[in-house]
Amino acid sequence: MQQVLNGLTLGSIYGLVALGLTLVYGILHVPNFAHGALYMVGAYVSYVIMVDVGANYWLAMLGAAAAVALLAVLCERLVFNPLRDAPPIHDKIAAIGIMLFLEALVQMHWGAEFRRMPTPYTGIVEFAGLTMPAQRILIIVGAFSLMAVLHLFLKKTMTGSTIVAMAQNREGAFLVGIDANRVAMMTFAISGVLAAVGATLFAPINLVYPAMGHLLIMKAFVIIILGGMGSIPGAIVGGLIIGFAEAFGGFYISTDYKDIIAFALLVVILSIKPTGLFTKGVR
Amino acid sequence: MNALQKISEFFMTPAMKIVMILAALLFPFVASNEYQIYVMALAFVWAIAVYGMNIITGLCGQLNLAHGGFFAIGAYTLAILTVDHGWAFWWAFVAAGVSGALLGFLAGVVSLRLKEHYFAIFTLCVGFIIYLLIDKWEELTHGALGIINIPAPSGFGLVDFTETTPFYYLALVFMVLSIWLAARIANSLLGRSFRAIRISDELAASLGINLMRNKVLAFVLSTTYASVAGALYAGMVRFIGPAEADVVHTFDMITFLLVGGIGTLMGPLFGTLAITWLTQSLQFLEEYRMIVFGPLLVVLVIFFPRGVVGTFLTWRGRRLAAAHETAQKESASEKKPSSNKATTPRNQEAGNHA
Amino acid sequence: MLKINNLTKRFGGLAAVNNVSIEFEANKINAIIGPNGAGKSTFFNLVAGAMAPTEGSIEYQGMDITGMACDRIARLGIARTFQTTSLFDESTVLDNLIVGHRLRTQSRLWDVIINSKRLRDEEKKCRSRAQEVLDFVGLSHIGHRITADISQEEKKRVAFALALATDPELVLLDEPAGGINPEETENLASLIRKMVEHGVTVCLIEHKMDMIMNLADKIMVLDHGEKIAEGTPEQIRSNPVVIEAYLGSDDDAAA
Repeated sequence: MQQVLNGLTLGSIYGLVALGLTLVYGILHVPNFAHGALYMVGAYVSYVIMVDVGANYWLAMLGAAAAVALLAVLCERLVFNPLRDAPPIHDKIAAIGIMLFLEALVQMHWGAEFRRMPTPYTGIVEFAGLTMPAQRILIIVGAFSLMAVLHLFLKKTMTGSTIVAMAQNREGAFLVGIDANRVAMMTFAISGVLAAVGATLFAPINLVYPAMGHLLIMKAFVIIILGGMGSIPGAIVGGLIIGFAEAFGGFYISTDYKDIIAFALLVVILSIKPTGLFTKGVR
Repeated sequence: MNALQKISEFFMTPAMKIVMILAALLFPFVASNEYQIYVMALAFVWAIAVYGMNIITGLCGQLNLAHGGFFAIGAYTLAILTVDHGWAFWWAFVAAGVSGALLGFLAGVVSLRLKEHYFAIFTLCVGFIIYLLIDKWEELTHGALGIINIPAPSGFGLVDFTETTPFYYLALVFMVLSIWLAARIANSLLGRSFRAIRISDELAASLGINLMRNKVLAFVLSTTYASVAGALYAGMVRFIGPAEADVVHTFDMITFLLVGGIGTLMGPLFGTLAITWLTQSLQFLEEYRMIVFGPLLVVLVIFFPRGVVGTFLTWRGRRLAAAHETAQKESASEKKPSSNKATTPRNQEAGNHA
Repeated sequence: MLKINNLTKRFGGLAAVNNVSIEFEANKINAIIGPNGAGKSTFFNLVAGAMAPTEGSIEYQGMDITGMACDRIARLGIARTFQTTSLFDESTVLDNLIVGHRLRTQSRLWDVIINSKRLRDEEKKCRSRAQEVLDFVGLSHIGHRITADISQEEKKRVAFALALATDPELVLLDEPAGGINPEETENLASLIRKMVEHGVTVCLIEHKMDMIMNLADKIMVLDHGEKIAEGTPEQIRSNPVVIEAYLGSDDDAAA
């Protein structure tokens, strides 16, 4: 049962990060390798707001979301937009460039050491014979509420439905007269918010350090490949699959190799089905 | 012909090759200290790996993010065989190359079924698996402790490769061989097949090129280059740890490749040497080099996607085309065939891969 | 030459090509027309082996090539061009064409390493073939230019040349006259005729109706993935079904 809770915690965070990644991929066909760095920056901004400014946890989360959204939009404007028609290899390299830059910048300013992010929710909740740290509950509830909000946004608002339309058919959306620039910026902003909130939720039970986004971004990529790149439900389901696989694998097999599980899963699945689990034939 | 053009022509002549090799041979005599020779030798070793990356990424257009992992596989194969199993250096060296090729073949067969982004992401994961395995599989790799006391290449009693200068020449020999083979491949029909794949899978397949076979070949060549470089590296620094498999090395190599000129022949060498010396001369950059490299990568792909050498080659190609047209016009007005006509396209075309 | 039997391709539940049967004769110009989304490009992709059909078969010179890989089909003598011409921009035009003959050569890595006689001979062969096809499409004067610097029409011709360098017997042209002006279109049409005179069978998709009507020996009309008519330009012009589905309602008719 404890493993289910762990799986759910991990899975919801993975899902959140993968969602941002898959949205950007769906709209722009850019595999944003810098997404993990955005996540990391989000954690640092929250940390600074809480520890150095002394503001409250939720304010910090809000601040981080705003800052990272801005940063993501900046990346889109300055880097990905000019590369729109470049060969596919270029935007990947540019994304790696952004990632390296952000990490080095953070490391220069705050150093490479691990920091612990404070959280107001340190209590333990007992429920039906299970003990659960409050922060984990917060992660699960927070992540899923955010996903629900995102879902409503995409389904119910005009802007949301243009994003979905463009993800489904880029040229078509062009013809209908959707402002591609605005949608691209919007999508990057959303992905930034998701990354920052994910980081602020997860960091208290983890640690904050410049390379914290590395492993996460790779797992997020695994997730969106499994779930079908660009697919929103795929990202959530994929996130849960990987989360549970790690929680149970770490428990029953070995904690040493816990991090390898996601990648091994990817290798196995892609060897059998090169287009991912949930894709329907054509990409 | 202006001065700039004269200089550019000179870069293309066989004489330039001799000058470059001579410069490399004389370098240890003009270097002000042993450390400079050491840095240069290390740059040569890295350049070999970058040439490998250039085959799969530059020629064939597949962004392979596991390259650093295969470098580490070469280094670890050599280290494990020599230190734990007492193999002689050169046998272990050959085995390192073979293991790079074999594992590259396995990884290639699986990963190359994926296209573009999927391939890049998949190889990123492969690189990470390699790193994790090296870090965690303590019985085989000694885990986080790394492997120490790796023997230097044996000189068969003639030379002592624990000394910096002899090793410098050894690295030079291997690098020149690597460039020579890379040039052979790039200028051959095989290299043309690779480049067709780089333009588009669809186009290449419609020209009767077997995508899988050619991609796997390019991939295996690149991982072999990487593992040979890794083995040399192990024999040079003689201590290795899991950090050799860090994905940062792959990113470093991408930077070298992009600065020099992706898909060009001299680009990898130029980029590796330039960046290595730049980092060396700005010591404070060592740890934070990515603050400069990161934006540099972005600026390069946006404004100079072909790097220094590639931009130069395109410029030169245009000049030659213009010169050729003038020559044609002249010969047309004089109504006699110009000798330029037969020779220029050939020269130019060779230059385009240089 | 090419015999298509009940060819069907479904994506999910949608049939992009539905139960199409047709025969193309050798040494003729065959055209496929139809409104946007009629399944023309999918049809080409099926013939060229870029995707496998869901049902039906494709026979080429009496051989069953259904579901065969793209590169094998190319080696059997079917070449194609694409709607958007992608070429190696940084190389010269001639240089771009040399790889076109690669499929008729045998050299492998070992030949490259030892620079074997076979490799040298084959490279010579490929180069001279490239020069030949460049002459054929009338571009020998720009063979030395950087490909990025040539005009759109010239790029189309280079794409033709590249397809011809594979020594094909059947060439599939996907909208060869897209994005070029009427005069250039006329020149391209003569080039297509010249190809047929030299023993190449042509099959093309095109939107420019006047070009098709002047050029084609046989036309197949696709609509919603189904063949609704086939015949000579005259027959097609007067076919009420075609007029109903395509010519009358679509703005392409004006083109």
